[in-house]
Amino acid sequence: MTLHNDDAVGIRFIRLGLLALAAGMFFGVIGGFQFLFPDFLRELLFTKTRPLHVSLVVAWIFLTAIGGIYFYLPRQMGLKLSSVRAASWHFWIFLVTGLAILGAYLAGKFGGREYFEYPAALSVPIFLSWIMFGVNYFRTVLQDRKPWPVYYWMWGTGIIFFFITFCESYLWLIPHFRESMVRELMVQWKSYGALTGSWNMLVYGTALYVATRISGSDSAARSKLAFSLYFLGLFNLMFGWAHHTYLVPSATWIRTFAYLVSMTELLILGKILWDWRGSLQEFQKNRHCSAYRFLFAADIWIFVNLVLALVISVPAWNLYTHGTHITVAHAMGSTIGINTMILLASVFYIIREEVPQLAQAGCSRQVTSGFWIANVSLALFFGALVLAGIGKGFFPASTFQETMLNIRPFLLTFAVSGIGLMIGLWIVIWNAFQLTGHISSAIQPAPIPEPA
Amino acid sequence: MNNRAVITTFCALFAVYSAHVYTGGTAAPHIEPMSEKGRHGQDLFQQHNCVACHQFYGLGGYMGPDLTNVISNRGPLVARAFIASGTASMPNFGLNDEEIDALVEFLTFVDKTGRYPAEDYDVKWFGVVAQADDPR
Repeated sequence: MTLHNDDAVGIRFIRLGLLALAAGMFFGVIGGFQFLFPDFLRELLFTKTRPLHVSLVVAWIFLTAIGGIYFYLPRQMGLKLSSVRAASWHFWIFLVTGLAILGAYLAGKFGGREYFEYPAALSVPIFLSWIMFGVNYFRTVLQDRKPWPVYYWMWGTGIIFFFITFCESYLWLIPHFRESMVRELMVQWKSYGALTGSWNMLVYGTALYVATRISGSDSAARSKLAFSLYFLGLFNLMFGWAHHTYLVPSATWIRTFAYLVSMTELLILGKILWDWRGSLQEFQKNRHCSAYRFLFAADIWIFVNLVLALVISVPAWNLYTHGTHITVAHAMGSTIGINTMILLASVFYIIREEVPQLAQAGCSRQVTSGFWIANVSLALFFGALVLAGIGKGFFPASTFQETMLNIRPFLLTFAVSGIGLMIGLWIVIWNAFQLTGHISSAIQPAPIPEPA
Repeated sequence: MNNRAVITTFCALFAVYSAHVYTGGTAAPHIEPMSEKGRHGQDLFQQHNCVACHQFYGLGGYMGPDLTNVISNRGPLVARAFIASGTASMPNFGLNDEEIDALVEFLTFVDKTGRYPAEDYDVKWFGVVAQADDPR
């Protein structure tokens, strides 16, 4: 099937996302070594490399999830994008704003809020382009008069809640919030918790979409179980954030409630994906080889992260694990092990569908090597962070410096395995970028409707 | 109940819950409002992206120590010395005396908000922590 301009915006987002991931891994490795050797690349301080790494990796998640939505709706769901021009503007605004953010970091101009460390003014174009995306999405999916599959709901929820939580994360600009340190911290982490939930909605929606397409049956996306997962995820997104702030002196009920909400959504998602995997025919597995592999890896990481999430959500254990590298392990396990594996599955699914003549390249030895190098390195990386966290939280020395010296071997393992992770993902990214390039080069202008 | 009704109910609950978090749930009546100087210190803390390495209540980067109670634990003079000279892992940001005063004022304000990590607490059998040194 010929690829037209209308379908191309999504591919552009995805290719930009792949570049963001490649660059984000690079700055992550530099930051990992600066953590151990502060004089390493002193000109590029850790205060710069950390936000460069975080922002680029978060950009990868958003760009690729958004790209998938812009691609799947017109190309596979048969829904004409409400406005291709708005989608194109969205892409260019994201690109230019992203470059401005990277420039601000390199120039040392910070807004200084964790995760949104760029000057606050740069959030305005993101905010405006997100409105365009939201309007475009809902106007497009409203063309579908049939009952919606759960991934439409998940994508829509992700879009709306990103908007809400992005606004909420800037409430600190209002004196009522800024004047109270406790309120400011609580609202900041409330917004971040829900923000993570919002991108999880976009990513998990993509996972379910790809899983149902590979299995050839949409029933998993219309089942009661799928909707139960969705509502649990939504409940978690709204109310589960306070496990980040057990130790901030806020109302006790907020903390206790968060403990109860916990992280049940991953359990159900794991079950759905697990059921789906079991029902696949062998030939289907091979046909979508890389997509299947990445979804399978995400399955494993979901279970690993679920166990860790449950452990650190118990306040009595959180006393020891909070503020340690165990939290970083959880964040890395989620963003790389789950989100990145799902999004790579989405990218390779698109490759398999659009350039079937090159499908074998998508399952090539190089991609297979990259997949294994990345996952084995991630396992080492994750384990080293957990051990460093145990050292810091359970066996602290009398000073911070001594504690850091004691856990140094684990941090060294973390930094070295970070190189392996970067190399593994770079191999996968290189292949995915080339193959998506074949899709882009096949794009033709949209057909002009013949006069009646 | 159909999907739309469930979502509407969730959203209504979320609005009420958020309003409470924005007000009574995070009220800290035992603390005086932050001074103008402290606010300037907070601005400097953000402009130099200190959160990349430091934490308050365990939230932030892990390259440097948590600063929630640095003033009561180490004293304002030690904090001043670290800020003014830097360390092997922390650069000297070249701040002037007035800026260092503002940062110390900000850290003094944060110090009064509570204790981290918890020192005096009781763990219930179901895993909840009752923190005796929680100022609320």
